[in-house]
Amino acid sequence: MRVSIITFPGSNCDYDLFKCVQLVGGEPQFRWHREQELGDVDAVMLPGGFSYGDHLRAGAIATMSPIMDAVKRFARDGGPVLGICNGFQMLCEAGLLEGALLRNRSLLFASQDVLLRVENTSSIFTQDYVPKQILRMPIAHAEGNYYADTKTLDRLEAEGRVLFRYTDALGEATDNANPNGSARSIAGILNEAGNVMGMMPHPERAVEDILGSMDGFDLFKALLSHRSRLGAV
Amino acid sequence: MTARPEDTGTKTISNATPREGDPPITTKLVEEHGLSAAEYARILDILGREPTFTELGVFSAMWSEHCGYKNSKRLLRLLPTTAPWVIQGPGENAGVIDIGGGLALAFKIESHNHPSAVEPYQGAATGVGGILRDVFTMGARPIAVLDSLHFGDLNSGRVRYLFAGVVKGIGDYGNCVGIPNIGGEVFFHRGYEGNPVVNAMCLGLMKVENLIKGEAEGVGNFLMAVGARTGRDGIHGATFASEELSDDSHASRPQVQVGDPFTEKLLLEASLELIKGGHITGIQDMGAAGITSSAAEMAGRSGNGVEIDMNLVPVREPGMTPYEILLSESQERMLVVAKSGSEKSVRDILTKWELEAEEIGRVTDDGLFRVLEGDRVVAEIPSLPLTEGCPTYEREGIESEEIRELRSMDLTRFSEEVPDHSEVFMKLMASPNIASKRWVYRQYDTTVRTNTAIRPGGDAGVVRLRGTRRAVAATTDCNGRHVYLNPRVGAMGAVAEAARNLVCVGALPTAITNNLNFGNPLKSHIYYQFREAVLGMSEACKLFETPVTGGNVSFYNETDGVAILPTPVIGMVGVVEDVDHLTSHAFQNAGDVILLLGNNTDELGGSEYIQVLEGLVAGEPPSVDLLAERRLQHAVLAMIQQNLLHSAHDVSDGGLACALAESALGQEESPLGVEVTLHDDLPTTPLLFGEAHGRIITSCDPGSVDEVLRRAKRHGVPCRSIGTVVPGKYNFRIAGKDTILEVDMGTLSQLFFDTIPNLMDGASSS
Repeated sequence: MRVSIITFPGSNCDYDLFKCVQLVGGEPQFRWHREQELGDVDAVMLPGGFSYGDHLRAGAIATMSPIMDAVKRFARDGGPVLGICNGFQMLCEAGLLEGALLRNRSLLFASQDVLLRVENTSSIFTQDYVPKQILRMPIAHAEGNYYADTKTLDRLEAEGRVLFRYTDALGEATDNANPNGSARSIAGILNEAGNVMGMMPHPERAVEDILGSMDGFDLFKALLSHRSRLGAV
Repeated sequence: MTARPEDTGTKTISNATPREGDPPITTKLVEEHGLSAAEYARILDILGREPTFTELGVFSAMWSEHCGYKNSKRLLRLLPTTAPWVIQGPGENAGVIDIGGGLALAFKIESHNHPSAVEPYQGAATGVGGILRDVFTMGARPIAVLDSLHFGDLNSGRVRYLFAGVVKGIGDYGNCVGIPNIGGEVFFHRGYEGNPVVNAMCLGLMKVENLIKGEAEGVGNFLMAVGARTGRDGIHGATFASEELSDDSHASRPQVQVGDPFTEKLLLEASLELIKGGHITGIQDMGAAGITSSAAEMAGRSGNGVEIDMNLVPVREPGMTPYEILLSESQERMLVVAKSGSEKSVRDILTKWELEAEEIGRVTDDGLFRVLEGDRVVAEIPSLPLTEGCPTYEREGIESEEIRELRSMDLTRFSEEVPDHSEVFMKLMASPNIASKRWVYRQYDTTVRTNTAIRPGGDAGVVRLRGTRRAVAATTDCNGRHVYLNPRVGAMGAVAEAARNLVCVGALPTAITNNLNFGNPLKSHIYYQFREAVLGMSEACKLFETPVTGGNVSFYNETDGVAILPTPVIGMVGVVEDVDHLTSHAFQNAGDVILLLGNNTDELGGSEYIQVLEGLVAGEPPSVDLLAERRLQHAVLAMIQQNLLHSAHDVSDGGLACALAESALGQEESPLGVEVTLHDDLPTTPLLFGEAHGRIITSCDPGSVDEVLRRAKRHGVPCRSIGTVVPGKYNFRIAGKDTILEVDMGTLSQLFFDTIPNLMDGASSS
């Protein structure tokens, strides 16, 4: 499966994603943000980092990059798009996902391992997890405080589009376990069509034992084996 | 570019002329430029005439303490700097060592104390930026950063402001560029109140063949200014760093540069691409003293000359004088020597990364540092005397009477008193020096680049080398209290502790970079501290075979005439042969046996115990037996490589009791209890809280205990079982001959993890 990883000036998790996709058996390729076309690929990933130095707002300027038109077309045609951290912020800024990411409640950058509960295992991103499975992976962001109005939040929940929630080891979405103040402890969401996903935690940093967790591996595995099941979307 | 009218071949006489509006060169002006009468006389001698105002500025920067090392150079020669694995020793942008498999590690530490004291956020951020550039200009991709931070008492609002700002500055910069922070140290003592120590260290990885130096090679090659434009910020930063701080220093805020990590990231990628493509022969950060030092040093190292035209340098605002352009310390700028004919390739790469690049001059064969303003020569100085001719001094060092008295203080009463040890222990665990620094490193991205195998919070940070079985480990260490009381022993102790830390994670200590932070070297008691510390460091580095490959000297760390605790920070790197050997400081399993390697002593001098209970820095700091240290380190590393040990942790601040607690709390959310009995015939207080060197606490499977004891014996290292790891629902308990220290793990965990967050709650930063 061929994956385009978009590099913006200031992206810094592009290389990590590249290695991760390789490890899981995919064929990654970098796309520079100035390019107009994605090429013949099966999935697109927007990496973490500080595109354009977070000037204006995290992810805001990146949405003006030429490549983003191609990403939008790809998404509209049902192609899977995954945005991690800064990539999630871009997807919200670009209107491909609902809501916004505000500054962390603590007003400090938050770099730590978090625990996530898998809320829906029917998406192309989470189908290899077990319902309510608890995952461990790092976060590293200053603006990860997910916000949307109540109506939107209710709709996301009702449509099973909240994919991950921050919880404690027992799977409780307590206030203490919420590292950034996200509404309803939301860590990752899906678009209405089910092909665009954004999350603040870094699954690509949890794909080898030596990194402290392998819990991100199944997300990439699910996505990369998705093409054979593409008809399901 | 205008050719020089006459190439004399001799490398002295020149005829730079003053510009209109230049102030006349007076004794007062020379003094204001931080140059002594003797130094000025030497300048006259070198030039054979009076310098222009521009030239005076150039000399002032190049002969500042920061660039010229005039009060440290002679003593620094005493440090060991060579070993078969050292590829590049001191004198380049960073040191480089061979780590096998065709790979080399570039690393360096640097201070940003003065800027951070005045403007903590930008001061610290630009410190990180500078050290990253030092490493990637060697051709290495930065793979990790660490920091060594020393601040005043956290109960002071000003200190909390500085601390919060510095941590945010380091975090924001490193996070944005995408370099994981893997460790370091934070130390508090009121001696750092007005003048914090902010040292940043960077490690970079490269293929040996990609090594490139900061040399102006190839006559006719072009000099290009790359990256940010030159502005009026940071003018005379190098000179500012070479003065004591006073109330007036805050008027120096404009001398603090402003960092832009986004441009840095682009510069990093572009530089590595330029080097890899073979388009350039030399590259250097425009760091302290900006264009002046980068151009002069590159010329000096190659023995060539350089000619640069101020009219060609991209500037941020019109009307900047050559003096200002030459001495600006605007950040994120590099000087690149492009191969003649490669200008277009260089420009194409830089354009791709959306960076500016302008040809500003070229390499010449006349050995002169020549500055033009269009047709006019505004400065012309022989390069070598400019970079190497700075007068160096060796001064008289005399120990301060006051410190001698503190050191000689009789500590018997502390040793003999028997307080409630549980209560004292809790006080120590809640001392910011012992308490977890999680509040700090949670603001640093520690896992980006997906190679971090041991994150901050342990004895040393570790990044694996992708595609190999190996990893590199790094740590920074310096206990300023110990150095204050006895600089020679304290500096030896810093090296020993750094090496112990590396061994505990499974690495062989390989080399160091040092950051020597001291007061005003013109004062004899400060010079004494400096000399003694260098001697102690030298002795320890020789014995541990950890040569010094570079570093930084930061003098004049004083506020209103009072110096900081002398702080020679050791940044040590080591190599882990197989990632399977990686060992944590955290106890792993209930039921494991706890063993102590090394000897307990009755030493209590310079300890956190005396600091916390009496607010005193007194007594003889713990002695260092280098041979015993080396035996201990060999023994522990051998056992780790045999996979005998489940954990290993060095005993330092807060002594045995605190080291045991750190191992018990090592798995943060799932702590384990400890049941230890000590039979030593020693007074209980130093036994529990003394900071004797040469000790490591380890844990292993009960079935491996005999083998551990046998191996320790073979290495000639004292070793004994002192207790057991128990489930976290049980207490932390140490029984001594006349006392029992007992605290429940919940309380301990709270004291350890919540102290600094609680102190910092509500502290704001810029």
